Amino acid sequence: MLSCKEVTRLVSMSYENRLSWPERVGVRMHLLMCRFCTRFAQQMRFLHAACHSFQQALQEDDAIHLSEAARLRIHNILSRNY
Amino acid sequence: MPKQPQAPSSPPDTWPTDHGDALYRYAYFHAHDTSLAEDLVQETLLAALTARERFSGRSSERTWLIAILKNKLVDQVRKQAREQPLAEYAENDDEAVEALFAADGHWKRPPSLWETPMRALEQKQFWQVLAHCIAGLPVAQAHAFRLCEIVGREGNEACKVLGISATNLWVLLHRARLRLRQCLEIQWFGREAKVKR
Repeated sequence: MLSCKEVTRLVSMSYENRLSWPERVGVRMHLLMCRFCTRFAQQMRFLHAACHSFQQALQEDDAIHLSEAARLRIHNILSRNY
Repeated sequence: MPKQPQAPSSPPDTWPTDHGDALYRYAYFHAHDTSLAEDLVQETLLAALTARERFSGRSSERTWLIAILKNKLVDQVRKQAREQPLAEYAENDDEAVEALFAADGHWKRPPSLWETPMRALEQKQFWQVLAHCIAGLPVAQAHAFRLCEIVGREGNEACKVLGISATNLWVLLHRARLRLRQCLEIQWFGREAKVKR
């Protein structure tokens, strides 16, 4: 039986690398019996999905913007090179 | 006469107005420093100017510029990883992560239940908390996590950029995820639970 520590490692690794068959079975068996690791696995799915939406969400945050001084400076540099 | 490209980009001097904020937000999230982020925007637009003929019009101009910015960010991480090798961070224990589990591998502080997590994605402050949590990661973990989960690079490319093995990358990403989970639980979901009570 895999430990919780081991299961969290495998759940995380499954995002980068396909797990072997015994690993997948081991994780599934553990998750059937452990609600904490089940929560962990759900939270990892959430984190992954959130990161995927990050770029879009960032674009809607108008509190962060280029300062006018920097915009003008970059504009001038571009005009000189164009 | 040379053939005109099908969808030429808009005049470069309109870029700072049209795309400056979007590029800056992306750069600022990664660099967490105003002048560094401004430099990245400038470098991106200068690189775009040079590569203007190659803009195909297949993607939007914004997407094209963001892709150039992502390359600049990856270059920056590569440079930092050369100056400060990262492998040892994966090879040494991360005390904060070790402390999450007992000696027998059971949770010492089990994950709590996050109610309606998807609702968080609609809230502006959530993204600030996530950015704050990522910025608080140890530097090697932050690089690995941003490259793979935010910039969206494949594992083998991330390994090359960071100068580490695949095993080291998995270790760093795993630790980053455990730390981020805990940070979000404390900084976001804990707060939400308290408000509800």
